[in-house]
Amino acid sequence: MKIKNSLSAHLAKKMSGPTIVYLVFIVLLGFAPSIFSLINEPFYLDLLSRILVLSIAALSLNLILGYGGMISLGHAAYLGIGAYCVGIPAYYEIYNGFVHLALAIVFSGLFALFSGMVSLRTKGVYFIMITLAFTQMLYFTFVSLEEYGGDDGLVIELRSEFPSILDIENNTTLYYCIYLTLLGSFLIVHRIINSPFGRVIIGSKHNEERMQALGYNTYRYKLVCYVISGVICGIAGVFLGNFTSFISPEMMDWTHSGELIFMIVIGGVNALFGPLIGAALFIFFEEWLSGITVYWHFIFGLLLIVLVLFGKGGANGLITALFKNKK
Amino acid sequence: MNWELLIIQCLNGLQLGLLLFLLAAGLTLIFGIMDFINLSHGAFYMIGAYFCASLVGLTGSLILAVILSLVGVLIIGALVEAILARRLYQNDHLDHVLVTFGLILCFDTVVHFFWGTQGMTIPLPPTLDGQITIGSIVIPTYRFVIITGGLLVAGGLYLLVNKTHLGMLIRAGASNRVMVTALGVNIDRLYMIVFAIGAAMAGFAGMLIAPLTEASVGMGNEIIIIAFVVVIVGGIGSIKGAFFGALLIGLIDTLGRSYLDGFLKLSMPPNYAETAAPALSAMMVYILMAAILAFRPRGLFPPTHKS
Repeated sequence: MKIKNSLSAHLAKKMSGPTIVYLVFIVLLGFAPSIFSLINEPFYLDLLSRILVLSIAALSLNLILGYGGMISLGHAAYLGIGAYCVGIPAYYEIYNGFVHLALAIVFSGLFALFSGMVSLRTKGVYFIMITLAFTQMLYFTFVSLEEYGGDDGLVIELRSEFPSILDIENNTTLYYCIYLTLLGSFLIVHRIINSPFGRVIIGSKHNEERMQALGYNTYRYKLVCYVISGVICGIAGVFLGNFTSFISPEMMDWTHSGELIFMIVIGGVNALFGPLIGAALFIFFEEWLSGITVYWHFIFGLLLIVLVLFGKGGANGLITALFKNKK
Repeated sequence: MNWELLIIQCLNGLQLGLLLFLLAAGLTLIFGIMDFINLSHGAFYMIGAYFCASLVGLTGSLILAVILSLVGVLIIGALVEAILARRLYQNDHLDHVLVTFGLILCFDTVVHFFWGTQGMTIPLPPTLDGQITIGSIVIPTYRFVIITGGLLVAGGLYLLVNKTHLGMLIRAGASNRVMVTALGVNIDRLYMIVFAIGAAMAGFAGMLIAPLTEASVGMGNEIIIIAFVVVIVGGIGSIKGAFFGALLIGLIDTLGRSYLDGFLKLSMPPNYAETAAPALSAMMVYILMAAILAFRPRGLFPPTHKS
């Protein structure tokens, strides 16, 4: 009994108000499919699956952008790589999901490694533009690959197969796969940023020269972090490919990379759960506003500008501020 | 080797290069002097094209339309600087990226609202619509118009930057911003002028290309990325770098697309070459950028003193 008390006291001390709000939200997400089937709204499950896939992508970007200060404007590349790692094998009638996942991990890792090796040598404006340019390179490469549909993309007839384990043709099963992957990604990112490795990454965001003076080869640390982030996003791409069942180079368009940053900023940079909240708000507004007017991009653009000029910290900042006021 | 084709392709490359220069010159100045990342620079390119297309219809004169739309883009550029960009120079780059990304969304929607989704062409007067024959080479007259226009602006910018008082301030700003402020120059006005000139040059590029490809929503979003590559290859803040970088990239992109499969066929089976060539030529510009950065991390012509 005493142990239990001290444990809960310990937990309460460790967890701030906002964290509890986020954890409740995440637990609720676990029950979402049953809730949606109760109220007979299967479309919401689609929407929520999309939100969770984009959350994984935004979470991976936040690892390098929010914690590492590496402003990558090319993260949509990994979504594309992951999706094509489903699409191209499916084109050759290889539907094994483990093959798809393995390919996605290898190729997104390799792309992150090579593009990171060049781009991490640079800083500031150069880094932003180079990550952007590498993604654009990949985009045009896939546009010119006529064999795989070029500009028009590929239709994926069947989802990845995990024989005798899972059947993700079922939307609820796919949803739970995405959900568990998201939870796993949260755990990984949480572990990383609280590890000595993560301290070096965060430290080199704030003062890289000091980290180097302490004897850390920050270039290598950042490169490893960059590759981890790319691989997580590549896995998100596998789900995106399975989920949309249609893939095209347009997925890698740099405006989508911009949207991922947008999500992080809505949710709050530097907040572990920020990307999830950001992706949810982004998709929600997109659905809502595009239902009202075809000119909804204008409202989105204004929102982004106002958010940067006046609202620091995004949704996470708001939630944290709410708890501070209560105290 | 077909020499006529080679000459025509070189002219095409020169044309693309000069258009890229018009975009990159403004970008590199805004980068170099204000340390500001303007993703929405391509919006000025689009607005220039739409203004010109509408004004040609209204006034009936191409020259008048070009002058009026240049003034229009100049004003819009100055407004964007005064209302938005100015507040952000002190912020970090992430804020620049976000706000200018938001601006792209706004500008694209506004154009969509006023002009619809259908593209607009600029009809050419018959004098410009013909062809010029030199020996056995036939070249559209308008291609010469683009090349001449691009070279004239490049020359004008050279004179402005190197021979005038304003140009002196711009050069000083690009190499040491803090010092210029310390010397009592009205830096706000200088920033606004640089931003507006950059916008007008991008708008001019849009006007030049519109008769060939037509003005369309989001037309600036793709070419602006290559303009960024030009800025990086040339060295941020360097107009000379932007000029040579733009020509280099214009030529390599154009020649790569037309000759690469021929080269590849020399060393691999033709059917492989036909698949690999388009992919490789799409990547060439970026491979060049990576190669240049590997050896010269600050571009080909980095400004000598940077604060």
